Amino acid sequence: MPDPILSIRNLKIEATVYPPDAPPHDVVIVDGVSLDLQKGKVLGLIGESGAGKSTIGLSAMSYGRGGVRLTGGEVMLNGREIRLANAKALRSLRGREVTYVAQSAAAAFNPALTLMDQVVEATLRHGLATRSEAEARAVKLFRKLGLPDPDNIGKRYPHQVSGGQLQRVMTAMALCPEPSLVVFDEPTTALDVTTQIDVLAAIKEAIHDTGVAALYITHDLAVVAQVSDDIMVLRNGKTVETGVVRQIIDDPHEDYTRALVSVRSIDHEEKAKAEPVLRVDGVTARYSGTSFDVLSDINVDLAPGQTLAVVGESGSGKSTLARVITGLLPPRAGSIHFNGRDLTPDLKSRTKTDLRELQMIYQMADVAMNPRQTVGTIIGRPLEFYFGLRGEAKRKRVQELLDQIEMGKGYIDRYPAELSGGQKQRVCIARALAAKPRLIICDEVTSALDPLVADGILRLLLELQAQENVAYLFITHDLATVKAIADSIAVMFKGKVVRYGSKSEVLAPPFDDYTDLLLSSVPEMRLGWLEEAIAGRRMASAGN
Amino acid sequence: MIRIPPSALLGLVMTGAFFFVAIFADFIAPYPLAAVVGGVWDPSSSEHWLGTDSIGRDLMSRMIYGGQTTIKIATLATIVSFGLGSVLGFTAATVGGWVDQALSRFVDLLMSIPSLILALVVLSVMSVNELTLILVMGLLDATRVFRLSRAVAVDITVMDYVEAARLRGEGTGWIIFREILPNALSPLVAELGLRFIFAVLFISTLSFLGLGVQPPGADWGGIVKENSAGLVYGIPAALAPAVAIAVLAISVNLVADWVLNRTTSLKGGRGA
Repeated sequence: MPDPILSIRNLKIEATVYPPDAPPHDVVIVDGVSLDLQKGKVLGLIGESGAGKSTIGLSAMSYGRGGVRLTGGEVMLNGREIRLANAKALRSLRGREVTYVAQSAAAAFNPALTLMDQVVEATLRHGLATRSEAEARAVKLFRKLGLPDPDNIGKRYPHQVSGGQLQRVMTAMALCPEPSLVVFDEPTTALDVTTQIDVLAAIKEAIHDTGVAALYITHDLAVVAQVSDDIMVLRNGKTVETGVVRQIIDDPHEDYTRALVSVRSIDHEEKAKAEPVLRVDGVTARYSGTSFDVLSDINVDLAPGQTLAVVGESGSGKSTLARVITGLLPPRAGSIHFNGRDLTPDLKSRTKTDLRELQMIYQMADVAMNPRQTVGTIIGRPLEFYFGLRGEAKRKRVQELLDQIEMGKGYIDRYPAELSGGQKQRVCIARALAAKPRLIICDEVTSALDPLVADGILRLLLELQAQENVAYLFITHDLATVKAIADSIAVMFKGKVVRYGSKSEVLAPPFDDYTDLLLSSVPEMRLGWLEEAIAGRRMASAGN
Repeated sequence: MIRIPPSALLGLVMTGAFFFVAIFADFIAPYPLAAVVGGVWDPSSSEHWLGTDSIGRDLMSRMIYGGQTTIKIATLATIVSFGLGSVLGFTAATVGGWVDQALSRFVDLLMSIPSLILALVVLSVMSVNELTLILVMGLLDATRVFRLSRAVAVDITVMDYVEAARLRGEGTGWIIFREILPNALSPLVAELGLRFIFAVLFISTLSFLGLGVQPPGADWGGIVKENSAGLVYGIPAALAPAVAIAVLAISVNLVADWVLNRTTSLKGGRGA
């Protein structure tokens, strides 16, 4: 076997933390990780947030983010030890032998320079080619990555191309100096699902054609299975399991890997149609100061104790629908019937009962809770506000709610900053539940969570629905989530409902073009899915 | 137990000392405010620690009474500016619409005129007493506080927890005082220290120009004015109040810095 491009032995990475109530101290964030990467191979690093996958990825460039230090082991790139290399050696290394593709292309590009200037910058700085050679190389890469108008796209500025295109331009930037190793750090995570698939296919092809070695970092096992040769599963800075893709997917050895593979396996029986609790009737809405409708003629309804999933990409109007139903954005036409009553269009004129029976849970639990209030205050406020509970009675009810969301004792006096991501979302659920609502609008409530945590939240929501007979209007872009919990589905595209019905109807062929695109874009956990999906699609994604 | 860094401790002790002397001036000052007890610009001696001033009054006593006046006016003006500025700023951010427009444009109008010139004009047509001084300074400073608290609150009102409170049906009062204020506190506290110092400088400037505290009353700016002629003859009497103003400014800032650092790293603090 030839010498590996990248070889990491017993890597140890430490960081200094500054907790508010203790003196600063060092914690080990990566411990004893070893890996080898051959030329032309792709190694997928997978794990939840905090697993250390990005940190390991950056260590391949001998770099640690603020306060992070590579304290032990060795990092060999092209046969040279680089962990202890000096600044000058590293400068000649980075952007030449190893390059990096970041998660958020929008934040990584300089808005004041054209794309071409930025793509060829590293190549020119290292003197690897003349400007015209480098630009020719870049155009070739643009073409290979499937960017529209490859000869001229370099003259544009970052804001003039879409997010998916920008991510591909960044890939071109990384490949332009012809490095031996590229580190991809969650390159498709911030993209819409239908765009992700294009970028994924482009990256895969580019890696294959140029023959570079790559580290591909992601939290989505189904994604990494499409592009990698080998997968390393990480948890809390340690290696859980390493193997070739097929073995990890089909025959995982460790329990943790098994849990990751089997995530999203919730089975949910679709419930029968019933008299609706919520009926949205011909709703059309636009934001003030604009001249187009973000929602046009929306008709959906939702039965008590059931879940209506509203699916679509960013900009399809699904969150706007939530704003209209809650009264934050009065519609231009149409009406909303709730619980046998007509809801007034404007939030301010709604009765306390209307407000109480319609609750909302947000995507980012972090900003949905006041950081200066304790869990007890956050959950207790609706009890006090709607039911007049005070003192001991309120505290007792808060504890009951905490038990219901499986958090138990010891959390009531904590602040949101002292909770994990999943716990924060649970507290938000408890706050909604405290009002004894008939309907909860869930706006992308699991999108910001790790897959295993999201799984737990979905199971909890289903359980609570069975107990409390509460209906959910579930807004999401993730079809796997929809399959797991919905009774009926509304597919939204450009402000219209393009497909609506019970889950079995909507998910059964024949599909309209958009639903087909959406369904075929959800990564599946099997080899060869990406190629099939690309070959079988009938419509180009919006990000193209 | 809170660990106070040395710089903040120094600031706290110094600020505390200034306020202590100001509050108990009547008991501490060795001579009455306006009594002529010596010659013109006597040098410092065991009887007159800082010497005497331009007409032979004890400078130490004048400094102590002057500090009382300066600190009292600055404190009250700061309270007025904060009460007015923060409540109006939060209201503008929370209510929005034409209320925000009206308040913001009025504040723009006031801020477009240099505050010293505006104060000079207002004070030269009104009878100058402590109440007018406090109100004029408070009102002018409130424009700065309004700007800051509105900016801070606008960032907070877009948070989902504020929307959640609105959807719950909470009134404007709850949203301002329970959702926004606790999260806006740390920048406001830091600003409080700064505004107090600006108020000290402002009243000193006005008095130096003769439109602030009127004789026989004394404040630090006035004392600088009375003794400034002496500088030409190498008499340092005018420096004492100048040094006092500088030391007070530094002390208060040391405390404000520490408070800002502490509140942002609090449990649940936003700037951790």
